[in-house]
Amino acid sequence: MRYVLIIIAIVFLTLFVIVPLANVMTRALSAGVDAYVRVFHAPEPDTSIPFRERRQETREHANAQKTWSAIRMTLGIAAVAVPLNMLFGVAAAWAIAKFRFRGRALLISLIDLPFSVSPVVAGLIFVLLFGRQGWLGEWATNFTWSWPTLSWSGFEQSLWPIAVQMERHVGIIFTPLAMLIATVFVTFPFVARTLIPLMEAQGTDEELAAATLGAGGWQIFRRVTLPNIKWGLLYGVILCSARAMGEFGAVSVVAGHLDANNTIPLRVEQLWMEPAHGVHAAFAVASILMLLAIVTLVLKTAVEWASRAQSVTSSRA
Amino acid sequence: MTRAPAISFSGAPSSRWLFLRPRRNVLPGFGIAMGYTLLYLSLIVLIPLAGLLIKAGQLSSGEFWATISSPQVVAAYRVSLGAAALAAVINGTFGLLVAWVMVRYTFPLRRFFDALIDVPFALPTAVAGLTFADLYSSAGFNYATSNAGIVVVLTFVGLPFVVRTVQPVLQELSSDYEEAARSLGASRFYTFRRVIFPQLLPAWLAGLALAFARAIGEYGSVIFIAGNIPGQSQIAPMQIVTKLDDFRYAEATAIAVVLLAISLTILLAINGIEWWTRRRM
Repeated sequence: MRYVLIIIAIVFLTLFVIVPLANVMTRALSAGVDAYVRVFHAPEPDTSIPFRERRQETREHANAQKTWSAIRMTLGIAAVAVPLNMLFGVAAAWAIAKFRFRGRALLISLIDLPFSVSPVVAGLIFVLLFGRQGWLGEWATNFTWSWPTLSWSGFEQSLWPIAVQMERHVGIIFTPLAMLIATVFVTFPFVARTLIPLMEAQGTDEELAAATLGAGGWQIFRRVTLPNIKWGLLYGVILCSARAMGEFGAVSVVAGHLDANNTIPLRVEQLWMEPAHGVHAAFAVASILMLLAIVTLVLKTAVEWASRAQSVTSSRA
Repeated sequence: MTRAPAISFSGAPSSRWLFLRPRRNVLPGFGIAMGYTLLYLSLIVLIPLAGLLIKAGQLSSGEFWATISSPQVVAAYRVSLGAAALAAVINGTFGLLVAWVMVRYTFPLRRFFDALIDVPFALPTAVAGLTFADLYSSAGFNYATSNAGIVVVLTFVGLPFVVRTVQPVLQELSSDYEEAARSLGASRFYTFRRVIFPQLLPAWLAGLALAFARAIGEYGSVIFIAGNIPGQSQIAPMQIVTKLDDFRYAEATAIAVVLLAISLTILLAINGIEWWTRRRM
């Protein structure tokens, strides 16, 4: 009997997890490794060749540019969203876990709210807020903001090869700012949810001891709390980044189907919907996300293992 | 839980907000931490949600019902809820089985398969939708005409929920009751049905509810594999996006509010289950 159950479980997991993942790589490489690489890096063809002959290379180059801008957009959004959420998570966990106050349970439920909201509804919420007919519509359409864009400038001009320019944008909805806010909405619980039970379990004893010994607020936090929560914080940050980079629904609603507002998941959808690129293109970009997922899982396991090792040694001490 | 100390620490350097007055809080930093938390939550969650509710309130009830009961929207709800329910049931059955196998038996590569269970949590939904759509069509099914693909993808997305909620409970289960039942002559199946499963029931139900709630709102993976024909194979979130694209904000809000109400009901149900479990303990 047990073998039947084991086999059923293995078959189920294989069918639903291994096969789809393997399919991504198979399809991505279905046109050859060369085509796979060309999805991301296709050098501009020589303009002296007549257009008729370099049509495919030009198209591939344009697509590779778009794909790279999607990758940059995703990384940029994650680079801003994750630290913001990390700060929030730490602050919220500090307030919730180390203090007792009325409304604590409500606050915890509020923090869990994005998990019960569909990503599309999350995007809708911000469209309603910042959209032209929205609540803050007037203010939002005229809101100007600057966003640093990075570009590769090579080593000729200076030792530092990455150039930073401030780009001005107008409006919130259908711009990267809205995408950032939507991503923040969807991912902010991760760090808080990991830290709150952890800090609650650790209690306030060590911090109180530090306070009696004369430590000030930041000192307590830096010297006592932070070392204790470092694995939990890392775990939360890993989950938060993974979700921020992979978010599709909320960002799709808020980005408005504009080419300039593509993130990696949106680029996957775009490539899939236009079969002219070839089947391998969408899968090639998807393979990056799959790699991201695998790295996330590996890091997650490593952090779990390290934190268990740390708690074992500290309990033995 | 440590008991509150007999001496009360007066002069606590914390916030003076009346309704949030902390009792016996000595540690510093409550004001700033709480302030930042509330600011962030207000900006990111509360104000936008209030915007949604206000917009929903602006609809006359006539408009609201007209939108909700239009045939396309009703069909979309039917597809979403039906597919989500079916996926939740599949995950409930197989999830329980997988959790059982992981906890009770050892076999080669068990850790590897255990790690596989977390993949749907980590994998971006677009990748899931893409690869399942591809597998589905190469297996010969036409996803324009059948909604089975939606169920398949929703099963994938909800896979970890039941397993990960049941697994810890199963692990913590003491073998006393089981051994007592077996020594009294119960068959293995009877033992499972009457002794083990009732102890797993709350966690299993919670996992089911979580999988269901997740599946209802799922968008990214489903749009790759759904036929998206209004009235037939369109899910509710897709309806919302369609309305938004037409700038019919009011109708989109109406559909979203119902979806939100369903999600919150399920959340309450899960909390209710947890409360009921704690009462039983």
